[in-house]
Amino acid sequence: MIRFVFAILFFALPATAQDVVAGLSQKRVAITASFDGSEILIFGAVKREAPIDDDQVEVIITVAGPSEPVTVRRKSRRLGIWINTSAVEVDAAPSFYSIATTGPLNEILTHTSDFRHKISIPSAIRSVGAPQSISDASRFTDALIRIRKANSLYQLNESTVEIADQTLFQTNIALPANLVEGSYETRIFLTRNGKVISTYTTAIDVQKVGLERWIYNLAHERPLIYGFLSLFIAISAGWLASAAFRAFRG
Amino acid sequence: MQIYLPIAEVSVNAFLLLGLGGLVGILSGMFGVGGGFLMTPLLFFIGIPPAVAVATEANQIVASSFSGVLAHLKRKTVDLRMGTVLLVGGLIGAALGVVLFNYLKSQGQVDLLVKLCYVVFLGIIGALMFVESLNAIRRSKRTGSAPKRRKHNWVHSLPFKMKFRVSGLYISIIPPVLVGICVGVLAAIMGVGGGFIMVPAMIYLLGMPTKVVVGTSLFQIIFVTGFTTLLHATTNYTVDMALAVLLLVGGVVGAQIGTRIGTRLKAEQLRILLAIMVLAVCGKLAFDLLVQPAELYSIGETGHS
Repeated sequence: MIRFVFAILFFALPATAQDVVAGLSQKRVAITASFDGSEILIFGAVKREAPIDDDQVEVIITVAGPSEPVTVRRKSRRLGIWINTSAVEVDAAPSFYSIATTGPLNEILTHTSDFRHKISIPSAIRSVGAPQSISDASRFTDALIRIRKANSLYQLNESTVEIADQTLFQTNIALPANLVEGSYETRIFLTRNGKVISTYTTAIDVQKVGLERWIYNLAHERPLIYGFLSLFIAISAGWLASAAFRAFRG
Repeated sequence: MQIYLPIAEVSVNAFLLLGLGGLVGILSGMFGVGGGFLMTPLLFFIGIPPAVAVATEANQIVASSFSGVLAHLKRKTVDLRMGTVLLVGGLIGAALGVVLFNYLKSQGQVDLLVKLCYVVFLGIIGALMFVESLNAIRRSKRTGSAPKRRKHNWVHSLPFKMKFRVSGLYISIIPPVLVGICVGVLAAIMGVGGGFIMVPAMIYLLGMPTKVVVGTSLFQIIFVTGFTTLLHATTNYTVDMALAVLLLVGGVVGAQIGTRIGTRLKAEQLRILLAIMVLAVCGKLAFDLLVQPAELYSIGETGHS
């Protein structure tokens, strides 16, 4: 295996000497009270020392939210009602994962390269073991992908990266409103004949700011004070609203 | 206008929340009910996670009952002694309820528990109200006899008796403590004040005079839901301040409007309307449990958060 990896490295990288440079329209996403999703422009260029050769260069861009363990549960019918009966713990799944490519993913990336760089959605999810009682653990990871795709948390946007003259490329990544905080690792892969020839990694920082930040921190770090504060604020807001309404009525 | 809720971590329309608060407020003003048992399921329907909905609703109930209690205290229609006994039970019940809630949350069954509780209680309350108001309409047409109330039952033969001067009662403290525990558990699990259980229990089980029932139950509800809010805030971090304030502002204004509408309508028709609504919410929840869901899988959180 290691020898195999070395072989790829040896043959793929130095011979071509192509590099990728890239930039983002924003490296910080601020979740404010009125946050309703965001769009990030990712652009870059292929840097070459030799003139353009015959083989097409392809670009794959991935943006991944922080990975967390999740529990996927399945319902089945018990006593006439639908109840969660079995569960599989997935060791690490990114909270958000978006792929944008210049072409169909399975044509521009081989399985081995995908496995090594963990590019496609299924390989970005790490699931080690399911309980003995569950024989179809893969259905749980499929369901995880399906549900998150439906919520736009996992996106596979093939052929959405525009590449001009085999050199300049750009794409838009849509971040939905239901984002969690964290560092979103952004990777750009250059592939040729299905093999990765260059990578570029950067990060987008997604953070709650201002009031959102303050409320969230207080709730998690000083929960008792937060609890009393919520009660106090709710009581005074209620009292104020009724006082305002009475004043308004006459 | 979309607003991102900091604890629920979802983005919802602020006017939808104000509207929901207002709608439930109008209903609670019209019918004189707390509204928690309508608001919490409505929050499920718009996609707020059940754990956040329950905890936040408890917070909101404290606030919306607060001015009510002040008014009752001023009119001296609160049996503080009875309220305190109910409260002791309520605090025990709320603690038990939160423990049960957290255990089932770790097992992935909390949604089921909350929804089942709703189906059962909304079903019972809705059906009782429906039948009662039908009877009341029939009675008002015939102008028949007033409902009878039993003066002495098994409640009066229990030990640990205590004098409740405001209510004019000399009864054992066991039944009120038990009633308090039940209400506390419900407050913690369902995010309701529990007035819909407590008021009938106080009248029919404890035999309290009607004029102190509402004030005393509000007195108990404030402290129990306040305690529940703190428990949820410290163990689950699920109280969403922004959500509570939005619902509350809508709710308070709605309640004022509702009270004015309520005085112009006939009580029996009002109650039938409320009963139908309660049954509709119950039916929707039951339907979701009985019919095979489109998506059999769900994603739960693991570990700390």
